[in-house]
Amino acid sequence: MWGRQSCLLPPFRRLGSGPSESLVPRASRLKASCSQDWPPHTESRILLSFLLALVCCSCARKPSGIQPGPEFSKTFQEALIAAKPGAVITLPEGKHDVDRTLSLSVDNVTIRGTGIDKTVLSFKNQKTGSAGLLVTSSGFTIEDVAFEDTKGDGIKVNGATGVTIRRVRAEWTGGPNEKNGSYGLYPVQCKNVLIEDSVVKGASDAGFYVGQSKNIIVRRNRAEGNVAGIEIENSQYADVYQNTVTKNTGGILVFNLPDLPVKGGQITRVYENQVFENNTENFAPKGNIVAKVPAGTGVMVMATNHIEVFKNSIRDNQTVNVSIVSYLTTGNPMNDPGYDPFTESIYVHDNAISGGGNAPAGRIAASLAPLLGKPLPGILYDGVMNPARLKKGKLPNEARICVQRNGSAAFANYDAANGGKHVDRDLAHYDCALPSLAEVAAGGQ
Amino acid sequence: MDWKWAGLATFALVLCSGCRHEARTFGDNDGFPDNLSEWNLFVGTPADFKPNDRVIAYNLNTPLFSDYATKHRFVWMPVGTAASYNDSDVFEFPVGSVFAKSFSFPDAATGKEKLIETRILVRTGSGWYGLPYVWNAAQTDAKLETTPDPVPVAYTRASGEKEAFEYAIPNANQCKGCHEKSKIMTPLGPKARNLNRDRQLEQWTQASFLRGAPVKAPRAAVWNDPGSGTLEARALAYLDVNCAHCHSPGGPANTSGLYLTYNQTDPLRLGFRKVPVSAGNGSGGLLYDTVAGHPEQSILVHRMESREPKILMPELGRSLVHREGVELIREWIRQRT
Repeated sequence: MWGRQSCLLPPFRRLGSGPSESLVPRASRLKASCSQDWPPHTESRILLSFLLALVCCSCARKPSGIQPGPEFSKTFQEALIAAKPGAVITLPEGKHDVDRTLSLSVDNVTIRGTGIDKTVLSFKNQKTGSAGLLVTSSGFTIEDVAFEDTKGDGIKVNGATGVTIRRVRAEWTGGPNEKNGSYGLYPVQCKNVLIEDSVVKGASDAGFYVGQSKNIIVRRNRAEGNVAGIEIENSQYADVYQNTVTKNTGGILVFNLPDLPVKGGQITRVYENQVFENNTENFAPKGNIVAKVPAGTGVMVMATNHIEVFKNSIRDNQTVNVSIVSYLTTGNPMNDPGYDPFTESIYVHDNAISGGGNAPAGRIAASLAPLLGKPLPGILYDGVMNPARLKKGKLPNEARICVQRNGSAAFANYDAANGGKHVDRDLAHYDCALPSLAEVAAGGQ
Repeated sequence: MDWKWAGLATFALVLCSGCRHEARTFGDNDGFPDNLSEWNLFVGTPADFKPNDRVIAYNLNTPLFSDYATKHRFVWMPVGTAASYNDSDVFEFPVGSVFAKSFSFPDAATGKEKLIETRILVRTGSGWYGLPYVWNAAQTDAKLETTPDPVPVAYTRASGEKEAFEYAIPNANQCKGCHEKSKIMTPLGPKARNLNRDRQLEQWTQASFLRGAPVKAPRAAVWNDPGSGTLEARALAYLDVNCAHCHSPGGPANTSGLYLTYNQTDPLRLGFRKVPVSAGNGSGGLLYDTVAGHPEQSILVHRMESREPKILMPELGRSLVHREGVELIREWIRQRT
């Protein structure tokens, strides 16, 4: 007496509860039951509920069915769309060809491979999209997987709260090349970011790039052969520590850029990092801000406030080991009235700084070497200060540039604003302390 | 026989015989149907797009470019519901609203339009959902595929040029890539300024699909009709539809600070003398997003002219270059001072 039309009744397609699950192509799996009358006898109804429950259980508990082979990209993307909050998507060991940008928009999903060199996603034959993986959901974790040769960025996470990237490698396997993708691991406009024990090689912009974000920990990573190794941009409360940063154009950059919706990046600690031999010729496409970073830069702090650089080992960076500059050093136009191009409250202390400065490169090199002689001092400050903040020609105490206990590293304020008229090499003028910044606690949570 | 069941059964039979051909919607607890035909949007052969009762076809003043595909747009709302008019933003549509946008290309062999995909946008109690339906070879129906494969398309342009490429159908996630604003999925096209043509607002009002439309509503320029607005108005209308879903405050590309919205007047936000932030290879070695008087120095044009995945803009939904669109933007930049 119940016609087949009643198969259109909603319960047949009901499985799970959240609306996001409605997108799962489960209808086809359940379609077979539509040829039966509905509702069936009570007993069969109980049986059916039981069966449905079984299906549900297996959906929830079974690891996703992503298999190696030609269907890898498609089945992986399907799993990312079908994932429920809390899901763990496991990737099999092996090298897998991916032909498209993958994307995730479900909260609280974990993607887990079997190891940084064991589960390898190769985008060499990527046909569509730019990034390797694009994430727009919160509570995202990815572990033990490598992204190789993505057309654009490796992993981009946009607007998420809670990002954990652990033992992930993003690499362009042909070495430094202008045609490589821009960023390796790239959270932007995120809160609570933890990136640890990861590796990025060959990015034509920044290996590790955290932009316009808040509460950030970047630790124990390796950045090698990128234009910028690690870049913290327009972000607040970042701890960058125990990273190995070498063979990039510039090692660790902390700065603010104009014209962006999130400005006022500040309060970042850079400590216990190994930053050495970042002398790779700049291979960033022109027009990008990092294209202006001189090859041979160790740590650069630009247009930002409250930065503490301490207990790092910084050596053999052939332009300068530590550079403290204003945005004016870029020579870019400034049209953004809300932007502060000046650099204040910088505390550089207890670093082991040695070597380098012998082959200065970039815009300022031509003028600096004749002015200061070679090797260039290990710590350079452009001396550009906000005139509105000066009292008797000096910044207020809390806004000073303080440089203490960096071994025998030489220093120069090269007075960029006046074309190097009053070079100041006397560290005694910068022998001051600023309050230590607090630890960032919230990464990844 | 349980009387309750019998009563329900009779009720359902009566209901279903009466409404078999009505267009319908699916809610949060329904799950979405496998076949496009189950939405009952069309009668007869689905590919003929003969709209069902209360299903309305519509057009937009300036549409999104999608690789020169022909688009067929339809809307339906549940009986007794209507959208609330808004002057500048997308209308507020009632729960149950269904939009269907189909994409077709002239078949190289027959010259007849061949359907590739139909995108359904449905509003349930919990929000909007985008569903990609892919047409079968026989053109009898389309199937829901959350992760569709690219479709090879070959056709001959009006100019006689042959075009062969892989047409990428966005997956369910990529729908959100364009349709999410501040993380909330929303329709993009049905705004007053874009719908205001061919008496469509009156038609929607008469069909009880729209409440509160004024006699004189704003009207966007038609990008390729010089009679419809100034060069700047047409350029901004084009950028608004093709770029602003991402390049706007709250859009996914707000990280760039480039806002290509219809009413944008700040030259910096339109990219003039604005340095790119994270354009990467997209910069093409150029220094600014847009340079007044110099389209050839403008990253905006460079990216519109590219077919390379990591350079091209928009990121999604385009693999061919929209030559006429590029020419419009070039001319606009050329004439800016």
